[in-house]
Amino acid sequence: MPDASWQPVIGLEIHIQLATASKIFSSAPTAYGAAPNSQASAVDIALPGVLPVINADVIRMAVRFGLAIDAEITPNSVFERKHYFYPDLPKGYQISQLALPIVTGGHLDVAAEDQTQRIGITRAHLEEDAGKSLHDAFDNATGIDLNRAGTPLIECVSQPDIRSAAQAAAYAKRLHTLVRYLGICDGNMAEGSFRIDANVSVRRGATDEFGTRTETKNVNSFRFLEQAINYEIERQIDVLESGGTITQETRLFDPDRGETRAMRSKEEAHDYRYFPDPDLLPVAITADDIEYERCRLPELPAAKAKRFERDYALATADANALTVNPETADYFETATAAAGDDPAALGRPTANWINGELASVLNREGLTIAEAPIRAGQLGGLVHRVADDTISGKIAKQVFDALVAGEGETADAIIEARGLKQITDTNEIAGYVDQVLAENPEQVEQYRAGKTKVVGYLVGQVMKASAGQANPKEVNQLIVDKIG
Amino acid sequence: MTLHNDDVRAIAALNRIRIEDRDVEATAVALSGIFGLFDALAQVDTTDVKPMAHPLDLVARLRPDRAEPVTQSGTYQTLAPDADDGLYRVPKVIG
Repeated sequence: MPDASWQPVIGLEIHIQLATASKIFSSAPTAYGAAPNSQASAVDIALPGVLPVINADVIRMAVRFGLAIDAEITPNSVFERKHYFYPDLPKGYQISQLALPIVTGGHLDVAAEDQTQRIGITRAHLEEDAGKSLHDAFDNATGIDLNRAGTPLIECVSQPDIRSAAQAAAYAKRLHTLVRYLGICDGNMAEGSFRIDANVSVRRGATDEFGTRTETKNVNSFRFLEQAINYEIERQIDVLESGGTITQETRLFDPDRGETRAMRSKEEAHDYRYFPDPDLLPVAITADDIEYERCRLPELPAAKAKRFERDYALATADANALTVNPETADYFETATAAAGDDPAALGRPTANWINGELASVLNREGLTIAEAPIRAGQLGGLVHRVADDTISGKIAKQVFDALVAGEGETADAIIEARGLKQITDTNEIAGYVDQVLAENPEQVEQYRAGKTKVVGYLVGQVMKASAGQANPKEVNQLIVDKIG
Repeated sequence: MTLHNDDVRAIAALNRIRIEDRDVEATAVALSGIFGLFDALAQVDTTDVKPMAHPLDLVARLRPDRAEPVTQSGTYQTLAPDADDGLYRVPKVIG
Protein backbone atom coordinates (compact mmCIF):
# COMPACT_ATOMS: atom_id res chain seq x y z
CA MET A 1 0.00 0.00 0.00
CA PRO A 2 1.71 3.25 -1.09
CA ASP A 3 2.23 5.79 1.67
CA ALA A 4 0.12 8.91 1.05
CA SER A 5 2.99 11.16 2.07
CA TRP A 6 4.94 10.41 -1.12
CA GLN A 7 4.83 13.30 -3.57
CA PRO A 8 5.46 12.75 -7.29
CA VAL A 9 7.58 15.32 -9.12
CA ILE A 10 7.07 15.37 -12.87
CA GLY A 11 8.54 17.32 -15.76
CA LEU A 12 7.70 16.82 -19.43
CA GLU A 13 9.86 17.16 -22.53
CA ILE A 14 7.67 17.42 -25.60
CA HIS A 15 8.85 17.18 -29.19
CA ILE A 16 6.69 19.30 -31.46
CA GLN A 17 7.13 18.61 -35.17
CA LEU A 18 6.88 21.87 -37.08
CA ALA A 19 4.47 22.02 -40.02
CA THR A 20 6.89 23.34 -42.64
CA ALA A 21 6.95 22.31 -46.29
CA SER A 22 10.70 21.69 -46.28
CA LYS A 23 13.20 20.47 -43.70
CA ILE A 24 15.04 22.56 -41.15
CA PHE A 25 18.41 22.54 -42.96
CA SER A 26 17.56 21.33 -46.48
CA SER A 27 14.87 21.88 -49.12
CA ALA A 28 13.71 18.23 -49.09
CA PRO A 29 9.95 17.87 -48.48
CA THR A 30 8.61 16.85 -45.07
CA ALA A 31 5.37 15.11 -46.19
CA TYR A 32 4.52 12.03 -44.13
CA GLY A 33 4.27 8.56 -45.62
CA ALA A 34 6.38 8.95 -48.78
CA ALA A 35 8.34 5.98 -50.22
CA PRO A 36 11.43 5.24 -48.07
CA ASN A 37 14.33 7.65 -48.62
CA SER A 38 12.51 9.46 -51.45
CA GLN A 39 12.56 12.66 -49.33
CA ALA A 40 16.13 12.43 -48.05
CA SER A 41 18.43 14.94 -49.74
CA ALA A 42 22.23 14.99 -49.82
CA VAL A 43 22.14 17.17 -46.68
CA ASP A 44 19.77 14.83 -44.83
CA ILE A 45 21.87 11.74 -45.57
CA ALA A 46 25.07 13.66 -44.71
CA LEU A 47 27.04 13.31 -47.93
CA PRO A 48 30.49 14.86 -47.52
CA GLY A 49 30.79 18.53 -48.39
CA VAL A 50 27.16 19.52 -47.98
CA LEU A 51 26.16 22.42 -45.76
CA PRO A 52 22.98 23.12 -43.80
CA VAL A 53 20.94 26.28 -44.53
CA ILE A 54 18.33 27.29 -41.95
CA ASN A 55 14.63 27.39 -42.95
CA ALA A 56 13.26 30.88 -42.14
CA ASP A 57 9.79 29.56 -41.27
CA VAL A 58 11.25 27.32 -38.57
CA ILE A 59 12.62 30.41 -36.84
CA ARG A 60 9.32 32.28 -37.24
CA MET A 61 7.33 29.38 -35.80
CA ALA A 62 9.65 29.13 -32.80
CA VAL A 63 9.27 32.87 -32.17
CA ARG A 64 5.48 32.57 -32.33
CA PHE A 65 5.61 29.64 -29.92
CA GLY A 66 7.79 31.63 -27.52
CA LEU A 67 5.41 34.59 -27.60
CA ALA A 68 2.39 32.35 -26.98
CA ILE A 69 3.93 30.90 -23.80
CA ASP A 70 5.07 34.31 -22.60
CA ALA A 71 8.75 33.44 -22.94
CA GLU A 72 11.95 35.31 -23.79
CA ILE A 73 13.19 35.10 -27.39
CA THR A 74 16.99 34.80 -27.58
CA PRO A 75 18.32 37.55 -29.89
CA ASN A 76 21.30 35.42 -31.01
CA SER A 77 20.58 31.73 -30.61
CA VAL A 78 23.13 29.11 -31.55
CA PHE A 79 22.93 25.63 -33.03
CA GLU A 80 25.17 22.96 -31.55
CA ARG A 81 26.14 19.43 -32.45
CA LYS A 82 24.91 16.69 -30.15
CA HIS A 83 26.90 13.54 -30.78
CA TYR A 84 25.67 10.01 -30.54
CA PHE A 85 26.06 6.94 -32.63
CA TYR A 86 23.04 5.31 -34.23
CA PRO A 87 22.44 4.23 -37.84
CA ASP A 88 19.42 6.50 -38.36
CA LEU A 89 21.60 9.53 -37.56
CA PRO A 90 23.89 9.65 -40.59
CA LYS A 91 26.04 12.63 -39.57
CA GLY A 92 26.92 11.03 -36.24
CA TYR A 93 25.47 14.11 -34.56
CA GLN A 94 22.13 15.81 -34.30
CA ILE A 95 22.00 19.56 -34.83
CA SER A 96 20.30 20.92 -31.72
CA GLN A 97 20.63 23.80 -29.27
CA LEU A 98 22.10 23.75 -25.77
CA ALA A 99 23.64 26.91 -24.33
CA LEU A 100 21.56 29.46 -26.26
CA PRO A 101 18.16 27.98 -27.15
CA ILE A 102 15.81 30.17 -29.18
CA VAL A 103 13.16 30.31 -26.40
CA THR A 104 13.72 30.52 -22.63
CA GLY A 105 11.29 30.81 -19.74
CA GLY A 106 7.54 30.95 -20.20
CA HIS A 107 4.61 29.10 -18.71
CA LEU A 108 1.20 27.53 -19.28
CA ASP A 109 -1.76 27.73 -16.91
CA VAL A 110 -3.24 24.27 -16.58
CA ALA A 111 -6.57 23.25 -15.06
CA ALA A 112 -6.73 19.74 -13.61
CA GLU A 113 -8.32 18.11 -10.59
CA ASP A 114 -10.35 21.23 -9.75
CA GLN A 115 -7.46 23.65 -9.61
CA THR A 116 -5.50 25.79 -12.00
CA GLN A 117 -1.75 25.62 -11.69
CA ARG A 118 0.94 27.57 -13.51
CA ILE A 119 3.47 25.16 -15.02
CA GLY A 120 6.83 26.77 -15.79
CA ILE A 121 8.65 26.14 -19.05
CA THR A 122 12.43 26.10 -18.79
CA ARG A 123 13.26 26.34 -22.45
CA ALA A 124 12.22 25.43 -25.96
CA HIS A 125 14.95 24.71 -28.47
CA LEU A 126 15.10 23.83 -32.15
CA GLU A 127 16.57 20.62 -33.47
CA GLU A 128 16.40 18.21 -36.38
CA ASP A 129 14.66 14.84 -36.16
CA ALA A 130 16.56 11.60 -36.85
CA GLY A 131 15.56 9.00 -39.46
CA LYS A 132 13.69 5.80 -38.70
CA SER A 133 15.15 2.38 -37.98
CA LEU A 134 12.93 -0.45 -39.22
CA HIS A 135 13.95 -3.48 -37.20
CA ASP A 136 11.46 -5.82 -38.88
CA ALA A 137 12.18 -4.80 -42.47
CA PHE A 138 14.68 -7.61 -43.09
CA ASP A 139 15.37 -10.97 -41.46
CA ASN A 140 18.99 -10.33 -40.64
CA ALA A 141 19.43 -6.58 -41.04
CA THR A 142 17.89 -3.30 -39.97
CA GLY A 143 16.36 -1.04 -42.60
CA ILE A 144 17.00 2.71 -42.46
CA ASP A 145 14.56 5.26 -43.84
CA LEU A 146 15.95 8.80 -43.71
CA ASN A 147 12.81 10.64 -44.89
CA ARG A 148 12.24 11.97 -41.37
CA ALA A 149 15.89 12.99 -40.94
CA GLY A 150 16.09 16.78 -40.81
CA THR A 151 12.42 17.35 -40.01
CA PRO A 152 12.21 20.46 -37.80
CA LEU A 153 11.31 19.98 -34.13
CA ILE A 154 10.80 22.23 -31.14
CA GLU A 155 11.67 20.46 -27.91
CA CYS A 156 9.74 22.14 -25.09
CA VAL A 157 11.08 21.37 -21.60
CA SER A 158 8.84 22.04 -18.61
CA GLN A 159 9.94 22.79 -15.08
CA PRO A 160 9.45 19.92 -12.62
CA ASP A 161 6.27 21.69 -11.48
CA ILE A 162 3.79 18.90 -12.23
CA ARG A 163 2.51 16.83 -9.30
CA SER A 164 0.18 14.20 -10.79
CA ALA A 165 -0.39 12.15 -13.93
CA ALA A 166 -3.71 13.94 -14.53
CA GLN A 167 -1.98 17.31 -14.33
CA ALA A 168 0.74 16.09 -16.72
CA ALA A 169 -1.91 15.03 -19.24
CA ALA A 170 -3.72 18.37 -18.85
CA TYR A 171 -0.45 20.25 -19.48
CA ALA A 172 0.34 18.14 -22.55
CA LYS A 173 -3.19 18.65 -23.92
CA ARG A 174 -2.95 22.38 -23.35
CA LEU A 175 0.34 22.53 -25.25
CA HIS A 176 -1.15 20.34 -28.01
CA THR A 177 -4.09 22.74 -28.38
CA LEU A 178 -1.76 25.73 -28.40
CA VAL A 179 0.55 24.51 -31.18
CA ARG A 180 -2.43 23.72 -33.37
CA TYR A 181 -3.87 27.21 -32.82
CA LEU A 182 -0.52 28.68 -33.73
CA GLY A 183 -0.56 26.62 -36.92
CA ILE A 184 2.97 25.40 -36.22
CA CYS A 185 2.20 21.67 -35.79
CA ASP A 186 -0.52 19.36 -37.14
CA GLY A 187 -0.72 17.67 -33.72
CA ASN A 188 -1.01 14.20 -35.27
CA MET A 189 0.19 11.98 -32.42
CA ALA A 190 -0.22 8.71 -34.33
CA GLU A 191 2.24 9.99 -36.94
CA GLY A 192 4.64 11.19 -34.23
CA SER A 193 4.09 14.94 -34.70
CA PHE A 194 3.75 15.43 -30.92
CA ARG A 195 5.86 13.10 -28.74
CA ILE A 196 6.13 13.20 -24.98
CA ASP A 197 8.97 12.15 -22.65
CA ALA A 198 8.08 12.11 -18.93
CA ASN A 199 10.63 12.68 -16.16
CA VAL A 200 9.28 11.23 -12.96
CA SER A 201 10.61 11.03 -9.40
CA VAL A 202 9.01 10.77 -5.96
CA ARG A 203 9.95 12.35 -2.63
CA ARG A 204 8.69 12.33 0.94
CA GLY A 205 6.70 15.49 1.51
CA ALA A 206 6.61 18.68 -0.50
CA THR A 207 9.76 20.26 0.91
CA ASP A 208 12.26 17.43 0.49
CA GLU A 209 14.94 17.42 -2.17
CA PHE A 210 13.96 15.81 -5.45
CA GLY A 211 14.46 12.05 -5.67
CA THR A 212 16.32 10.25 -8.45
CA ARG A 213 14.30 10.47 -11.65
CA THR A 214 13.64 8.21 -14.57
CA GLU A 215 12.75 9.31 -18.08
CA THR A 216 10.01 7.48 -19.97
CA LYS A 217 10.42 8.09 -23.69
CA ASN A 218 8.19 8.68 -26.69
CA VAL A 219 4.73 8.35 -25.24
CA ASN A 220 2.32 9.07 -28.09
CA SER A 221 -1.10 9.48 -26.47
CA PHE A 222 -2.45 11.39 -23.48
CA ARG A 223 -4.00 8.23 -22.07
CA PHE A 224 -0.68 6.37 -22.28
CA LEU A 225 1.01 9.35 -20.65
CA GLU A 226 -1.23 9.08 -17.58
CA GLN A 227 -0.82 5.30 -17.46
CA ALA A 228 2.96 5.49 -17.83
CA ILE A 229 3.34 8.13 -15.13
CA ASN A 230 1.02 6.38 -12.66
CA TYR A 231 2.85 3.11 -13.24
CA GLU A 232 6.22 4.80 -12.72
CA ILE A 233 5.08 6.58 -9.52
CA GLU A 234 3.86 3.33 -8.00
CA ARG A 235 6.94 1.41 -9.12
CA GLN A 236 9.30 3.97 -7.57
CA ILE A 237 7.34 4.09 -4.29
CA ASP A 238 7.41 0.27 -4.13
CA VAL A 239 11.17 0.21 -4.70
CA LEU A 240 11.85 2.91 -2.10
CA GLU A 241 9.48 1.48 0.52
CA SER A 242 11.12 -1.91 0.23
CA GLY A 243 14.49 -0.29 0.95
CA GLY A 244 15.75 -0.11 -2.64
CA THR A 245 17.08 2.83 -4.62
CA ILE A 246 15.92 4.27 -7.93
CA THR A 247 18.33 3.95 -10.82
CA GLN A 248 18.54 6.99 -13.06
CA GLU A 249 17.62 5.48 -16.39
CA THR A 250 15.65 5.80 -19.59
CA ARG A 251 12.51 3.67 -19.75
CA LEU A 252 10.07 2.75 -22.49
CA PHE A 253 6.30 2.54 -22.00
CA ASP A 254 4.68 -0.66 -23.25
CA PRO A 255 1.02 0.20 -23.94
CA ASP A 256 0.05 -3.49 -24.28
CA ARG A 257 1.20 -4.28 -20.74
CA GLY A 258 0.58 -0.83 -19.26
CA GLU A 259 4.08 -0.75 -17.75
CA THR A 260 7.45 0.91 -18.26
CA ARG A 261 10.65 -1.03 -18.87
CA ALA A 262 14.28 -0.05 -18.49
CA MET A 263 15.86 0.88 -21.85
CA ARG A 264 19.33 2.06 -20.91
CA SER A 265 20.95 2.84 -17.59
CA LYS A 266 23.09 5.77 -16.56
CA GLU A 267 26.25 3.69 -17.09
CA GLU A 268 25.41 3.45 -20.78
CA ALA A 269 23.98 6.94 -20.96
CA HIS A 270 25.30 9.09 -23.73
CA ASP A 271 27.97 11.66 -23.34
CA TYR A 272 26.82 13.91 -26.12
CA ARG A 273 29.92 16.13 -26.41
CA TYR A 274 28.00 19.25 -27.49
CA PHE A 275 29.80 22.09 -29.25
CA PRO A 276 28.63 24.96 -31.49
CA ASP A 277 28.14 23.76 -35.06
CA PRO A 278 30.83 25.48 -37.15
CA ASP A 279 28.64 25.04 -40.25
CA LEU A 280 25.96 27.35 -38.87
CA LEU A 281 26.15 30.99 -37.87
CA PRO A 282 24.12 32.35 -34.94
CA VAL A 283 20.49 33.20 -35.75
CA ALA A 284 19.76 36.90 -35.24
CA ILE A 285 16.23 37.84 -34.24
CA THR A 286 15.50 41.55 -33.95
CA ALA A 287 12.84 43.30 -31.88
CA ASP A 288 11.10 44.10 -35.19
CA ASP A 289 11.02 40.42 -36.14
CA ILE A 290 9.42 39.62 -32.80
CA GLU A 291 6.82 42.40 -33.13
CA TYR A 292 5.96 41.23 -36.63
CA GLU A 293 5.22 37.71 -35.33
CA ARG A 294 3.34 39.09 -32.34
CA CYS A 295 0.97 40.91 -34.72
CA ARG A 296 0.35 37.67 -36.60
CA LEU A 297 -0.58 35.65 -33.49
CA PRO A 298 -4.12 34.27 -33.72
CA GLU A 299 -6.58 34.47 -30.85
CA LEU A 300 -5.15 31.89 -28.43
CA PRO A 301 -7.24 29.15 -26.80
CA ALA A 302 -7.46 30.67 -23.32
CA ALA A 303 -8.63 34.04 -24.71
CA LYS A 304 -11.07 32.35 -27.07
CA ALA A 305 -12.61 30.26 -24.27
CA LYS A 306 -13.10 33.42 -22.17
CA ARG A 307 -14.77 35.19 -25.10
CA PHE A 308 -17.08 32.19 -25.68
CA GLU A 309 -18.14 32.26 -22.03
CA ARG A 310 -18.87 35.96 -22.26
CA ASP A 311 -20.43 36.37 -25.73
CA TYR A 312 -22.26 33.06 -25.99
CA ALA A 313 -23.16 32.69 -22.30
CA LEU A 314 -21.43 29.29 -22.14
CA ALA A 315 -20.37 27.31 -19.09
CA THR A 316 -16.59 27.09 -18.62
CA ALA A 317 -16.51 23.37 -19.39
CA ASP A 318 -18.40 23.89 -22.67
CA ALA A 319 -16.18 26.80 -23.68
CA ASN A 320 -13.07 24.72 -22.98
CA ALA A 321 -14.40 21.73 -24.93
CA LEU A 322 -15.23 23.93 -27.94
CA THR A 323 -11.81 25.61 -28.01
CA VAL A 324 -9.77 22.41 -27.81
CA ASN A 325 -8.85 22.95 -31.45
CA PRO A 326 -9.39 25.85 -33.85
CA GLU A 327 -11.61 23.78 -36.19
CA THR A 328 -14.18 22.99 -33.48
CA ALA A 329 -14.21 26.62 -32.35
CA ASP A 330 -14.81 27.83 -35.93
CA TYR A 331 -17.53 25.21 -36.40
CA PHE A 332 -19.29 26.45 -33.26
CA GLU A 333 -19.14 30.09 -34.28
CA THR A 334 -20.35 29.38 -37.83
CA ALA A 335 -23.23 27.20 -36.57
CA THR A 336 -24.33 29.75 -33.96
CA ALA A 337 -24.28 32.56 -36.52
CA ALA A 338 -26.39 30.41 -38.87
CA ALA A 339 -28.88 29.78 -36.05
CA GLY A 340 -29.78 33.46 -35.78
CA ASP A 341 -28.46 36.76 -34.51
CA ASP A 342 -28.73 36.25 -30.77
CA PRO A 343 -25.44 34.60 -29.78
CA ALA A 344 -26.15 34.82 -26.05
CA ALA A 345 -29.34 32.78 -26.49
CA LEU A 346 -28.26 30.45 -29.31
CA GLY A 347 -24.74 29.67 -28.10
CA ARG A 348 -25.75 27.20 -25.42
CA PRO A 349 -28.11 25.04 -27.54
CA THR A 350 -25.56 25.01 -30.37
CA ALA A 351 -22.80 24.03 -27.91
CA ASN A 352 -25.01 21.23 -26.56
CA TRP A 353 -25.49 19.78 -30.03
CA ILE A 354 -21.76 19.93 -30.80
CA ASN A 355 -20.53 18.58 -27.46
CA GLY A 356 -23.37 16.01 -27.30
CA GLU A 357 -24.91 14.47 -30.42
CA LEU A 358 -22.25 15.59 -32.88
CA ALA A 359 -19.35 14.55 -30.63
CA SER A 360 -20.85 11.08 -30.25
CA VAL A 361 -21.32 10.71 -34.03
CA LEU A 362 -17.71 11.79 -34.65
CA ASN A 363 -16.49 9.47 -31.93
CA ARG A 364 -18.46 6.53 -33.27
CA GLU A 365 -17.35 7.07 -36.87
CA GLY A 366 -13.76 8.01 -35.96
CA LEU A 367 -14.06 11.36 -37.73
CA THR A 368 -12.58 14.79 -37.04
CA ILE A 369 -14.76 17.89 -36.90
CA ALA A 370 -13.52 18.84 -40.37
CA GLU A 371 -14.97 15.54 -41.65
CA ALA A 372 -18.29 15.95 -39.79
CA PRO A 373 -21.22 14.53 -41.79
CA ILE A 374 -23.25 17.62 -40.91
CA ARG A 375 -21.90 21.05 -41.77
CA ALA A 376 -21.92 23.98 -39.35
CA GLY A 377 -24.51 25.85 -41.43
CA GLN A 378 -26.81 22.80 -41.44
CA LEU A 379 -26.59 22.44 -37.66
CA GLY A 380 -27.26 26.17 -37.26
CA GLY A 381 -30.40 25.81 -39.40
CA LEU A 382 -31.60 23.05 -37.08
CA VAL A 383 -30.92 25.08 -33.92
CA HIS A 384 -32.81 27.96 -35.54
CA ARG A 385 -35.94 25.80 -36.05
CA VAL A 386 -35.92 24.62 -32.42
CA ALA A 387 -35.44 28.19 -31.20
CA ASP A 388 -38.40 29.51 -33.21
CA ASP A 389 -40.61 26.58 -32.05
CA THR A 390 -41.05 25.11 -35.53
CA ILE A 391 -39.98 21.74 -34.09
CA SER A 392 -39.55 20.34 -30.60
CA GLY A 393 -36.26 19.16 -29.17
CA LYS A 394 -37.36 15.57 -29.61
CA ILE A 395 -38.18 16.01 -33.29
CA ALA A 396 -34.90 17.91 -33.69
CA LYS A 397 -33.03 14.72 -32.86
CA GLN A 398 -34.81 12.99 -35.78
CA VAL A 399 -33.91 15.87 -38.09
CA PHE A 400 -30.31 15.74 -36.85
CA ASP A 401 -30.10 12.02 -37.63
CA ALA A 402 -31.60 12.63 -41.07
CA LEU A 403 -29.05 15.37 -41.78
CA VAL A 404 -26.24 13.04 -40.67
CA ALA A 405 -27.65 10.35 -42.99
CA GLY A 406 -27.64 12.89 -45.82
CA GLU A 407 -31.40 12.72 -46.34
CA GLY A 408 -31.73 16.41 -47.05
CA GLU A 409 -29.63 19.47 -47.64
CA THR A 410 -31.16 21.59 -44.85
CA ALA A 411 -33.15 21.09 -41.64
CA ASP A 412 -36.04 22.93 -43.32
CA ALA A 413 -36.06 20.53 -46.27
CA ILE A 414 -36.24 17.51 -43.94
CA ILE A 415 -38.94 19.09 -41.74
CA GLU A 416 -40.95 19.80 -44.88
CA ALA A 417 -40.42 16.42 -46.53
CA ARG A 418 -41.28 14.47 -43.38
CA GLY A 419 -44.08 16.79 -42.28
CA LEU A 420 -42.47 17.34 -38.88
CA LYS A 421 -43.58 20.89 -38.29
CA GLN A 422 -45.06 21.41 -34.84
CA ILE A 423 -48.82 21.64 -34.78
CA THR A 424 -49.59 25.26 -34.08
CA ASP A 425 -53.34 24.89 -34.69
CA THR A 426 -54.75 25.11 -31.13
CA ASN A 427 -57.94 23.32 -32.11
CA GLU A 428 -55.99 20.34 -33.40
CA ILE A 429 -53.95 20.18 -30.19
CA ALA A 430 -57.11 20.58 -28.11
CA GLY A 431 -58.51 17.53 -29.90
CA TYR A 432 -55.51 15.42 -28.81
CA VAL A 433 -55.80 16.81 -25.27
CA ASP A 434 -59.49 15.94 -24.99
CA GLN A 435 -58.80 12.44 -26.25
CA VAL A 436 -55.98 11.85 -23.73
CA LEU A 437 -57.98 13.28 -20.81
CA ALA A 438 -60.91 11.00 -21.69
CA GLU A 439 -58.62 7.95 -21.81
CA ASN A 440 -56.91 8.74 -18.47
CA PRO A 441 -59.60 9.63 -15.91
CA GLU A 442 -57.49 8.23 -13.05
CA GLN A 443 -54.60 10.65 -13.70
CA VAL A 444 -57.05 13.54 -14.07
CA GLU A 445 -58.46 12.71 -10.63
CA GLN A 446 -54.97 12.50 -9.14
CA TYR A 447 -54.19 15.93 -10.53
CA ARG A 448 -57.34 17.41 -9.07
CA ALA A 449 -56.47 15.80 -5.73
CA GLY A 450 -53.28 17.87 -5.71
CA LYS A 451 -50.77 15.50 -7.33
CA THR A 452 -49.87 18.06 -9.99
CA LYS A 453 -46.76 16.19 -11.11
CA VAL A 454 -48.97 13.81 -13.05
CA VAL A 455 -49.42 16.52 -15.69
CA GLY A 456 -46.07 15.45 -17.10
CA TYR A 457 -47.46 12.04 -17.84
CA LEU A 458 -50.48 13.55 -19.57
CA VAL A 459 -48.30 15.85 -21.69
CA GLY A 460 -46.28 12.79 -22.68
CA GLN A 461 -49.43 11.01 -23.79
CA VAL A 462 -50.50 13.97 -25.93
CA MET A 463 -47.04 14.18 -27.49
CA LYS A 464 -47.24 10.48 -28.28
CA ALA A 465 -50.73 10.87 -29.78
CA SER A 466 -49.53 13.77 -31.95
CA ALA A 467 -46.39 11.84 -33.02
CA GLY A 468 -44.25 14.42 -31.22
CA GLN A 469 -45.52 17.31 -33.29
CA ALA A 470 -47.50 19.20 -30.68
CA ASN A 471 -45.72 22.01 -28.87
CA PRO A 472 -45.20 20.62 -25.34
CA LYS A 473 -45.42 24.07 -23.70
CA GLU A 474 -48.76 24.67 -25.36
CA VAL A 475 -50.02 21.18 -24.46
CA ASN A 476 -49.09 21.71 -20.83
CA GLN A 477 -51.00 24.97 -20.71
CA LEU A 478 -54.07 23.48 -22.37
CA ILE A 479 -54.23 20.54 -19.95
CA VAL A 480 -53.88 22.79 -16.91
CA ASP A 481 -56.59 25.08 -18.28
CA LYS A 482 -58.97 22.19 -18.90
CA ILE A 483 -58.61 20.20 -15.66
CA GLY A 484 -57.30 22.77 -13.21
CA MET B 1 45.33 18.11 -19.10
CA THR B 2 46.33 14.49 -19.27
CA LEU B 3 44.07 11.78 -20.59
CA HIS B 4 44.07 8.50 -18.71
CA ASN B 5 43.59 5.05 -20.13
CA ASP B 6 39.97 4.95 -18.93
CA ASP B 7 39.23 8.22 -20.79
CA VAL B 8 40.59 6.67 -23.97
CA ARG B 9 38.38 3.60 -23.54
CA ALA B 10 35.32 5.78 -22.85
CA ILE B 11 35.93 7.94 -25.94
CA ALA B 12 36.43 4.82 -28.05
CA ALA B 13 33.19 3.33 -26.76
CA LEU B 14 31.22 6.51 -27.52
CA ASN B 15 32.54 6.51 -31.07
CA ARG B 16 32.12 2.76 -31.58
CA ILE B 17 35.86 2.43 -32.26
CA ARG B 18 37.54 -0.81 -31.18
CA ILE B 19 40.87 -0.17 -29.51
CA GLU B 20 43.24 -2.97 -28.53
CA ASP B 21 44.54 -2.95 -24.96
CA ARG B 22 48.12 -2.70 -26.16
CA ASP B 23 47.27 0.56 -28.02
CA VAL B 24 45.47 2.32 -25.18
CA GLU B 25 48.58 3.72 -23.50
CA ALA B 26 50.05 5.17 -26.71
CA THR B 27 46.70 6.64 -27.71
CA ALA B 28 46.37 8.33 -24.33
CA VAL B 29 49.78 9.96 -24.79
CA ALA B 30 48.96 11.09 -28.36
CA LEU B 31 45.57 12.55 -27.41
CA SER B 32 47.07 14.25 -24.35
CA GLY B 33 49.43 16.01 -26.75
CA ILE B 34 46.45 17.53 -28.51
CA PHE B 35 44.96 18.57 -25.19
CA GLY B 36 48.28 20.27 -24.45
CA LEU B 37 47.45 22.73 -27.22
CA PHE B 38 44.19 23.58 -25.46
CA ASP B 39 46.17 24.16 -22.27
CA ALA B 40 48.32 26.66 -24.16
CA LEU B 41 45.21 28.46 -25.45
CA ALA B 42 43.80 28.54 -21.93
CA GLN B 43 46.77 30.69 -20.88
CA VAL B 44 45.48 33.63 -22.95
CA ASP B 45 43.76 36.32 -20.90
CA THR B 46 40.16 36.49 -22.17
CA THR B 47 38.71 38.60 -19.35
CA ASP B 48 37.25 41.27 -21.65
CA VAL B 49 36.53 39.05 -24.63
CA LYS B 50 32.90 38.23 -25.31
CA PRO B 51 32.35 34.51 -25.93
CA MET B 52 31.43 33.82 -29.53
CA ALA B 53 29.72 30.86 -31.14
CA HIS B 54 31.52 31.24 -34.45
CA PRO B 55 34.87 32.70 -35.58
CA LEU B 56 33.08 34.89 -38.16
CA ASP B 57 31.24 37.90 -36.79
CA LEU B 58 28.22 37.27 -39.01
CA VAL B 59 24.70 35.99 -38.55
CA ALA B 60 22.95 33.23 -40.46
CA ARG B 61 21.15 33.90 -43.73
CA LEU B 62 17.89 32.06 -43.82
CA ARG B 63 16.24 30.29 -46.72
CA PRO B 64 12.52 30.50 -47.62
CA ASP B 65 10.47 27.41 -46.74
CA ARG B 66 10.14 25.94 -50.22
CA ALA B 67 10.25 22.19 -50.76
CA GLU B 68 12.06 20.84 -53.78
CA PRO B 69 11.72 17.22 -54.86
CA VAL B 70 14.65 14.90 -54.14
CA THR B 71 15.62 13.62 -57.57
CA GLN B 72 18.72 11.54 -56.86
CA SER B 73 17.67 9.16 -54.11
CA GLY B 74 18.41 6.19 -56.42
CA THR B 75 21.95 7.45 -56.94
CA TYR B 76 22.43 7.96 -53.20
CA GLN B 77 21.46 4.32 -52.62
CA THR B 78 24.19 3.12 -54.99
CA LEU B 79 26.75 4.88 -52.76
CA ALA B 80 25.70 2.88 -49.70
CA PRO B 81 27.41 -0.42 -48.85
CA ASP B 82 23.99 -2.10 -48.89
CA ALA B 83 20.48 -1.00 -49.83
CA ASP B 84 17.33 -2.89 -50.67
CA ASP B 85 13.70 -2.03 -51.29
CA GLY B 86 14.43 1.68 -50.96
CA LEU B 87 15.93 1.17 -47.48
CA TYR B 88 19.57 1.37 -46.44
CA ARG B 89 20.55 -1.95 -44.89
CA VAL B 90 22.69 -1.93 -41.76
CA PRO B 91 23.69 -4.67 -39.32
CA LYS B 92 20.80 -5.73 -37.10
CA VAL B 93 20.38 -3.17 -34.30
CA ILE B 94 17.76 -4.99 -32.23
CA GLY B 95 17.49 -8.78 -32.54
